[in-house]
Formats: sequence, structure tokens, C-alpha cells
Amino acid sequence: MNVNFSLLAPEYVLVGVAFAVLTIDFMLPRRHRFHLSWLAAGGLVLSAVVVMVQRWDTVETLYGGLFIADKFGLFFFVFFTTLTAVLVLISNDYVRQHIRQPGEFYALMVFAAVGMIGMVAAGELLTAYVALELLSFSLYVLVAFRRDDAHGNEAGVKYIVLGAFSSAILLYGISMVWGAAGTTYYDGISEHLASNAGSLDSTLILGLALIIAGLGFKVAAAPFHMWAPDTYQGAPTPITAFLAVASKAAAFALILRLFAQALMPALEEWQVLIAVLAVATMVIGNLVAIVQSNIKRMLAYSSVGQVGFLLVGVAALGHIEGGAVIPVTLASDAVILHLVGYAFANLAAFTVVIAVSNHIGTDELSAYSGLAKRSPYLSLVMAVALFSLAGLPFFVGFLTKFYLFTAAAEAGLLWLAGIAMVASVVSLYYYLMVVKRMFIDDVAESDNTPLTIGIPRLSWVLLGGLLIGTVLLGVYPQPLADAVSAASGAILPGA
Amino acid sequence: MNGFDNSLLILLLVLPFAAALALILWPGEGDQLRSMKWFSSGVALATTALVVWILLRFDYTDGAQYQFISETDWLEQLGIGFDLGVDGIAVAMLALTAIAFPAAILIGWNVDARSKDYLILLNLLVGGVYGTFVSLDLFFLFFFYEIAVLPMYLLISFWGSSTSFPRFTRSKEYSAMKLVLFLVGGSVLIWVSIIAMFVEADLNTFSLIDLQRVGFDESFQKWVFPLLMVGFGLLGGLWPLHTWSPDGHVSAPTSVSMLHAGVLMKLGAFGIIRVGIQTMPEGAEAWAPLLLGMGAVNVIYGSIAAMSQTDLKYVIGYSSVSHMGYVFLGLATLHTLGVTGAVLQMFSHGIMTALMFTLAGAIYQTSHTRDIGILSGLAKVMPVGAFFFAIAGFASLGLPGFSGFVAELLVFLGLFQTYPWVGALAVIGAGITAVYMLRLLAKVYFGETARRWESLPDLKLNEKLVAGTLALILLVVGFAPFFLIDVIREGVRHIPVVTG
Repeated sequence: MNVNFSLLAPEYVLVGVAFAVLTIDFMLPRRHRFHLSWLAAGGLVLSAVVVMVQRWDTVETLYGGLFIADKFGLFFFVFFTTLTAVLVLISNDYVRQHIRQPGEFYALMVFAAVGMIGMVAAGELLTAYVALELLSFSLYVLVAFRRDDAHGNEAGVKYIVLGAFSSAILLYGISMVWGAAGTTYYDGISEHLASNAGSLDSTLILGLALIIAGLGFKVAAAPFHMWAPDTYQGAPTPITAFLAVASKAAAFALILRLFAQALMPALEEWQVLIAVLAVATMVIGNLVAIVQSNIKRMLAYSSVGQVGFLLVGVAALGHIEGGAVIPVTLASDAVILHLVGYAFANLAAFTVVIAVSNHIGTDELSAYSGLAKRSPYLSLVMAVALFSLAGLPFFVGFLTKFYLFTAAAEAGLLWLAGIAMVASVVSLYYYLMVVKRMFIDDVAESDNTPLTIGIPRLSWVLLGGLLIGTVLLGVYPQPLADAVSAASGAILPGA
Repeated sequence: MNGFDNSLLILLLVLPFAAALALILWPGEGDQLRSMKWFSSGVALATTALVVWILLRFDYTDGAQYQFISETDWLEQLGIGFDLGVDGIAVAMLALTAIAFPAAILIGWNVDARSKDYLILLNLLVGGVYGTFVSLDLFFLFFFYEIAVLPMYLLISFWGSSTSFPRFTRSKEYSAMKLVLFLVGGSVLIWVSIIAMFVEADLNTFSLIDLQRVGFDESFQKWVFPLLMVGFGLLGGLWPLHTWSPDGHVSAPTSVSMLHAGVLMKLGAFGIIRVGIQTMPEGAEAWAPLLLGMGAVNVIYGSIAAMSQTDLKYVIGYSSVSHMGYVFLGLATLHTLGVTGAVLQMFSHGIMTALMFTLAGAIYQTSHTRDIGILSGLAKVMPVGAFFFAIAGFASLGLPGFSGFVAELLVFLGLFQTYPWVGALAVIGAGITAVYMLRLLAKVYFGETARRWESLPDLKLNEKLVAGTLALILLVVGFAPFFLIDVIREGVRHIPVVTG
């Protein structure tokens, strides 16, 4: 077997950067260690450049199909490394104040990025599983990084117990699929499903259901979302952002490739299941978000709601016409677009949360009262982020939701799109309540921290970039949409 | 048409949004307020000048349905284009907006608290309104429609006022949230219909021109049209989903009430025509009786409710509900006279309501009450205000010589051609309007002047200017409506299902 090992150069760069961060951490004086974020971010960006140079037009598989290099993988490679780089920089200020081992913190984030990239590139279930575990293990540590904090410990325990549990379910499902189909390769599963259409083994169906449940845990889809709010609340805020944005995006990238390349022929078996999960997730996430009094918990439930919207797109990946399964490319486009738009808005929101909690020392919603007076810039960014999450025009969220719901209708799921729109209105309610707090209400009297909130220059620049991105992608989406179409074209050949 | 004409509509849209952006980036806070106000007024007048230019260049005789068309590809994957263009109906609505916008900015001059934010939101709102009227792509129509609705939340909940009733208080935050959730909820129905049309037509386009040519299946039209009718009708104050509207209008600050009742509600009726009737003619035909019934309830119920209000602004709010009923009645006739009357009524009611809210605002700002039971004999201290209110009231009750008369007459004529019984009912509604308008006028402005009101000042200069202009337009349109009627008919005659 001739293997082109140099194809993995970008991944080598990433792993190298992670070890470099760990090593240099020992050599730096303690007070300078938080600067390692620049090394980590630089390495992440470098690997993105390398991958674009090396794999721009590459369509190749490694190790007999374990690892796939294509446009889909390329897109997500760049997306994940950029995302992690931004997250690393966002945590800069937080790490300086709260974290005693910056090197490990940043290195784990880079390792998590490697895991996410593996999840997208995997062309086989066990490879995908191993990559997922690399991501999960990095996150288990990161979530519990503040050992001295009770909430942090609770978050860590919840996350690791439920994470291990869901991994077991996933693995059990994989074993059943292997037992029935005799393979764990995506293309093999697809062939098996296509040739046995209509008379599928019940073991296989149970296996699929368990895989869906296991992945449902990972993305925090209802009813498997219970760990999310506590974990989000207790984790260091940059890691909460990582959980909400990056790890979720990686899980969805895995889901997209798995469903498009392996499970598509069995659409009839899983479409309804995913649609039902989507409804439950949208409804529960958005309704429970209303009653939250902590911004991190609110954003946790809002991200559960967003998972529901993304699941609408997954359910719409294909439709059945005259007995044949027709793939809907609009749907995979829409899921990826929504992930990107969601990343911009959510990162902006979490950056504001970090800035506010660094200043006021709390994540309670009451800290946001009168924020417009304390920092017009922070409140503007927060409002834009929340409006984008709510799917209001001018911001990228409007376009991505429009895209998503159009795709759902294209797949014959107009009813699902309708429910999603109603859920979206509900979400507008609690987002508006935060906007009201910031712009209409007065600063709480019990709050005696200095009135004006100072923002570190780095955060200021990042916030500006995220703000501009959220608006720009909302009014000029064509270049991004083209990139996304190229990516989704790699897993879903045109209908 | 030359190149400049084709970019006119883009320019019209860019102006308010660019102004909003400029205001956001405007350095300095308190010391800059006057220049910001002048700047906004300048922008508002510039948009008005553009609209006047469009009116002058519009081809009234014959020609394509849509003029000043500009098309730009925006998102290939979904076939979305940034397509703009206007027909006669849209031009009439542009004219209305072009009058109401500077008027609202001028009245907004009175706002002193955080007026920078206020002006930003007003500009966004108006940009959304213009955008909805000129969009020829469903995506952008919906895009701008949402933009027009959302600033209302902040505008009402910060600058608005709460109303105390004997037994409960209607807080401004409540009204703002109710308004936004109602309207965004309604937009769900619109959204579903838009997407359903996209899929059903299977042309990979959201272009209205293309979709209007499709000729959808009759059964499809029959289930989509009611969604559009209710979704858009909600913003037009269609009974029984009108309840957000009086609350919203009353709680809003004066210039926002002017824009909202004056222009924003018209977006709803406009949407019913543009998206509903024009793309779903057979659906419209099938559901016209329901629209007719609901519109008739609007007229009667709105005027009866207005009669029993004790708050000045609530009277105007419910009279809006009642007047929008004539619009729905006119549309439901699907007859040239009725539909033309409906659009003219949209224009006329917009101006009239803006005028009324200006005057109610002037009273509230100086007397700090809107209770009709307390206010009396203000004509003695506010003669100018009384004069203009009388004009608005006469236009409202449909006195000949005022714009309301022409519009309502056309609607009645359309009704008598199609549903004479409903026509009779609508005339009764006009009678009730006369009762409460005259009673209101008599109570608030005439009669004994209570001592506490003896020192009330009359209208300020900006209010006089606005009120004078609006009243003049009411009279001009009342005496010489031909110009407007011609423009509107040019648009109406292209609607496939409209007869007569």
C-alpha cells in the first residue's frame, strides 16, 4: 500500500504547535505564559495556510479510505483552525486573570482542533470515533480546568460522565452497524443500505438509532441536552464558547458527512427521527432559555435551540421521490452556512460575556442592566450578536435561517420549517429581553463596580472583526456561499 | 430611461441606511445633537426630493408594470436578486413615506433624551419601509419588512409612554413587546408562504416578476393566500389580530406613532396586494369574502371601540383600525374602483393619522394628559392646533373636499358594484366615525376652558410647519385627487384579477 504521508502535513503542523506550546511553557517565566496564545493562534493560522496551499484541489483518500481529503474537509479545516485561533485569542485576557497553567490550556485547545479536523476527514466510523474522543478528552480537561471552583468541578463531572456515557452508546451503535453491514466504512455502509433497501435488518436500524442518540448527546440535542446548561455555566467562559461553537460545528460536520455519504439510502428510516429530534430540541431549548437568569445558561439553552435549527437542515438532506432518494444540496449548504453564521454571532456574544464578567465579576443577567451606558461598544456588539442569533435582517443569521428553512421546504418539510420559524419568534423574545436590559434599563443599584467598562485592545479588535463579519456576511454572502457550495458538493453530488 | 433613473431606487434605499450608519459613527454625544438633527432632516428631505423626482419621471400613460427597474444578482444558490422597481401603487406609497418621514423627523426634534439613538432607529425604520415598497424580490421584501418592524421595540419601550387606566396600567414595555411579537409572529406566515412559493414554482428564484408570471395551481393558491392575507393583514390591523395596534400607537412617542400608523400599517395592506393578490389572483378571489367580512368588522368594531375610549390617542388608534377596514374592504372588491380607493385610502389615512398624532402629541407634551374627560376648551389656548385637528377630523369622517372623502367614495362605489350590502354597512361605519370625531373635537377643543389649561402654549414652530403641510396635502388631494388616482390606477390595472 502506497501512502502519501505528506498529505497530512497540515495536521503535523498542528500537533507540532501543540507540543511546542507545551514545551515552551516550561521555559517562560510564569507571568509571561499567557502570551503563548500568540504562538498557538499563529500555529493554527499557519496550518490553515498550509492546508490551503497543499490541498486546494486535492481529492484523495489515505489508509484505504480511513481519511478523506476533499473540499469538505478543506473547508472545515480552515473553519476550525480559524475558529480555534479566535477562541485562543479571546481567552487571552481570561487566562491571564483566572488560569494558572496557560500552556496546557492552549495546547489542549489545539489538540481539540486536531480532533475536530479528524472528525470531518474520517471516512469510517471508528476513525471518526477516535477523532471525536480526542476532541472530547481535550474538552473534559478544559471544562474542569478551574479545579478550585465548585461550579467548575460540577461542570467537569457532569460533562465527563455524560460524555463517556454517550461515547459508549455511540460505540455500541457502531458495533451493531458493523455486525449487520459487515463494514464501518461510509461507502460500504451506503452500498449495504442501498442494496437492502426496504428490508433492513432490525439490528442495523437499532445501531443507527444508537449512533444518532450518541451524536445527539454530543451536540446537546433534546432530550440529550441535560448536561449542557450546567457544563456551560461552570466551564471557563472561553471553553463554554468552544463547546457552544467549535465542538458543535465539528459534530455537525461529522453528522453531515456520515448522513450524506453513508446513511443517505436509508433516508426513510432516519428522516422522521431527526425531524422529531429537531422539533423537541427547538421547542425545549428556546422555551427554557426564557426563564434563565444567568447569561451563560441562557446562551446554553439558546445554543440548544440553534442545534434544533441545524437538525432541521440535517433532516432535509434528502427527499424521496418515486421511491428514490434525491439528495438536497441546499440543505447541506444551509447547515454549513448556519454553522458559520452562528459561530460569528456566538463568539461575539461570548467575548462580550468575558469582558463583562472580567469587569463586574458575575455572569448574572442583572449585570447587563444599563450596559449601553457603561460601554456602548460592548452593548452594540452584544445586540448585533443576539439579533443575528434571532435571525434578524442585516445580520448573517437572517440569511442562514432563510436558507435553512428554504432547504427544508425543498425537501418537503415545510411543516418543520414552520415550527422552526415559530421557535425563532420565541427566541426573539428572550434575546430582546437582554437587549432591553442593556439599552432601556438602568444600572442595578447594588452594582458598585466602576461605571465605565474598559475593554482590552485585543478584545476590542476581535469584537470589531466579529461585528463586521456578522454584518458583512449578512449583506454580501456570495463568496462564502460559493465556498460552502464547493464544500457540500464534495459530500453530496448535485441532485 | 437613462442610467441615473435606474439607480434612483438604490439611492433612495442607501440614503436612510447610510444616514443611520453615519449617526452610529458620529463622534461626540451631547454637544452634537443639533447638528445630528439637522443632518437627519437633510437626509429626510433628500429622500423626499428623490421621490418627487421619481414621481415626475414616472410614465403614467402606458408601459411596463414596473418602472425604474434595477436588478443585481445577490445569492446565486437561492436565486435571490437585489431587484428593485415600482408600479403605480408603490409610487403612491413612496409619496406617502416621503411626506411622513421628514414630518416625523421634524416632530422628533422635540425628543431630547438620547436623541442620537432615536434618529438612528427612525432612519432604520424608514429605510425598511422604503425597501419593502420598492423590492421586487421576495427575499428582500421580507428582509426590509422585518427591518421596518423591529426598531419599533426600542422606540416604544424607551421613548414611549405608559397609559394608566382606572384598573390597570398598560406599560410601554408591554405594548412594545406585544407589537413586536404579534408582527414577527405574523411574519412567520409570510415566510412560510414565500418559501412555499419558491418550492412550488421550482424556478430557483424569489423574483416577484417571475413568480407573478408562474400562474400557481388553484389549490396551491387557495391555501397560501390566506396565510399571506393574515400575515400581512396583521400589520395592517386586520380584525381580530389588531389588538397590538392601538396599544402600540398609544405607547409610542409622537413621531413614531406618526410613522407607524401613517406608513408602517400600510406595509401590511401593500403586502396583501403585491405578494397576495398579484401572485395568487385565484386565491384572492376565493378568499375575498372573508377579507370583506373581516374588513367590515374592522370598520364597525374599530369605530365603536373608538367611541368608547377616554384616552385621546386610543381614539386615534382605534380610528386607525376602523379606517384600515376601508382598505381591506376596497381590496376585497377586486374591482378597479375599490382597489384604487383602497390605495388612496392608505395614502389619505397615512397623512391624516400623522396629522392627528402630531396634534395629540402637542397636547400631551404640554398638558401631560390625554384624558378626554379632563381636556376641554383647548381651542381658546391652542387655536392653531384646533384648526388643524378640525381638518384632520373632517378628513377622517369623510367630508367632501378632503382626501378621505374621495378614497372612501371610491371604496363605496367599488363595493356597490360587487357587494352592495356590505357597502351599506360601511357607510354606517362612516356615520359612527362622524359621531366620535365630532364629539372628540367638541369636547377637547371647544366648550368651557378649564382654568388649568389657560396657560397652555399653542403649537411650536416645527409642529405648525408639519401640521400645515399635512393639512394642505389633505386638502389638495381632496380637491384634486386626479393625479394620485391616475398613478394608482396605472398600478391597479396590471393586477390580473381586478375587474371593471
